[in-house]
Amino acid sequence: MKPSGFAYHRPSTVAEAVDVLAEVSPAGKVLAGGQSLVPMLNMRLAAPAHLVDVNRLTELAYVRVDDDGGRRTVVVGALARHTDVEHDAAAHAALPLLREALRTVAHPTIRNRGTTVGSIAHADPSGEMGAVLALLGGTVELRSARGTRTVAAAEFTTGPMETSAAPDELVTSVAFPVPEGRTGTAWTELARRNGDYAVCGVGVLVRLGDDHRVVAARAVYVSMGPVPTVLDLTEPVAGQDPRADDDGWAAAGRLAAWRLDPDDDIHATAGYRRQLAAVLTERALRTAARRATEVAV
Amino acid sequence: MSEQLYEVTLLVNGVHRSATVPARRLLSDFLRHDLELTGTHVGCEHGVCGACTVLVGGRPIRSCLQFAVTVDGEEVTTVEGCTRPDGELGPVQQAFRDCHGLQCGFCTPGFVTTITAYLHENPEPTADEAREAIAGNLCRCTGYQNIVASVLRAAQLRTGSTEAAAEAAP
Ligand SMILES: Cc1cc2nc3c(=O)[nH]c(=O)nc-3n(C[C@H](O)[C@H](O)[C@H](O)COP(=O)(O)OP(=O)(O)OC[C@H]3O[C@@H](n4cnc5c(N)ncnc54)[C@H](O)[C@@H]3O)c2cc1C
Ligand code: FES
Ligand code: FES
Repeated sequence: MKPSGFAYHRPSTVAEAVDVLAEVSPAGKVLAGGQSLVPMLNMRLAAPAHLVDVNRLTELAYVRVDDDGGRRTVVVGALARHTDVEHDAAAHAALPLLREALRTVAHPTIRNRGTTVGSIAHADPSGEMGAVLALLGGTVELRSARGTRTVAAAEFTTGPMETSAAPDELVTSVAFPVPEGRTGTAWTELARRNGDYAVCGVGVLVRLGDDHRVVAARAVYVSMGPVPTVLDLTEPVAGQDPRADDDGWAAAGRLAAWRLDPDDDIHATAGYRRQLAAVLTERALRTAARRATEVAV
Repeated sequence: MSEQLYEVTLLVNGVHRSATVPARRLLSDFLRHDLELTGTHVGCEHGVCGACTVLVGGRPIRSCLQFAVTVDGEEVTTVEGCTRPDGELGPVQQAFRDCHGLQCGFCTPGFVTTITAYLHENPEPTADEAREAIAGNLCRCTGYQNIVASVLRAAQLRTGSTEAAAEAAP
């Protein structure tokens, strides 16, 4: 249970880091918080020849809320730890979904070291942060010695633990757009033990019109397929007023369960996962809709 | 090909300590083997059990998931550093003794470091919060009840000692 040997690089600027990555590509791996990579190295499931440690790139240790003519975005740099994002007051005020979802990412001790960008780059189908990025239609910024590019979340994650990042590219930041208007969000999941990866997790977004009637509802799932699955669930709840007692939420839960295609594994059968999706979706939608009614526009 | 070595210096429990190690040396092994501080225990080596938890810059982290060279220059607190300044048992350690919070003791160093940092952030936890605070650490012996009691007891001892310290101050 010890890692095999590797050549170690410790750049102190982003420019240096991408030069090193270019030099050692494709034999190099970025080492960020190590909370996913080091277990794999310890178990020798991975044995990269070069590790490029980005923990000295303090220029990427930021969480920021950008405002572009009223369109707000929470931008998270590659060296922001999950804990930094969770506790950032401005990010929380702009996008409370981040903190709510982060509290289900492992334990505080893991979040103290693991980075939000690293978890998105890792592309585990159980990773909450990649799912939140997909739900909000966020983007990923990549840099290499060849230049900089921005990729939509949906094009970034291509499969389980697979992304469209090239081996010489560093993810420098991710951007979570803040939903506009009378919008509520919620994250909920079920895990076998506190802090474990979810058996099924769901994040939702509900948007209301000025008359408080639902105009849009969508959901994203973790542990329910090879990549975060985003579903549009507007149809069964369109036009419903969350302050009245309506049963469209349950129908939306059933629709989600029907459209998802999870696998069996040692933790749960596909059928049980679908059942969870129905129940958790209904719950999350109700919560998000209630929150949307409380938004001051 | 011989492996390249790095000199790593840490401020461990208030003392500068260095050793020359390959980049793949885990912080847990650096502490135990190179610095001979065997208080930090190693259970699973993949981040799940929490036995190896130490504080880096005051924040608890898994020392089995970190290379020593990554944290070069940082301040580290291990269970050996959770004592009082006079070397007597610190409040968390004393609470574990008072409440029978350990049996075999294998998991204890990780609990002590985790709880030490937690009480710093939340000095007066409720029983539910105490349970939540230790959720990331596994214990195969105690059934956790006495560990929850130890968290609450440690909180009492800490506030007691802050009050005592405040009284003693001129
Ligand atoms: C016990 C335990 C429980 C966990 N539970 C959860 C959970 O419930 N939900 C969850 O989402 N996660 C969970 N995690 C994983 C945790 O969120 C990690 O922090 C995260 O997956 C990876 O972030 P990291 O910074 O540690 O990345 P690392 O482990 O350093 O890297 C992971 C991968 O991403 C690549 N990478 C990292 N940063 C970059 C970058 N800037 N550019 C390009 N590539 C990069 C690395 O090369 C590597 O392939 C858990 C981990 C542990 C140990
Ligand atoms: S030994 Fe580090 S968490 Fe188990
Ligand atoms: S006291 Fe034995 S594992 Fe906790």
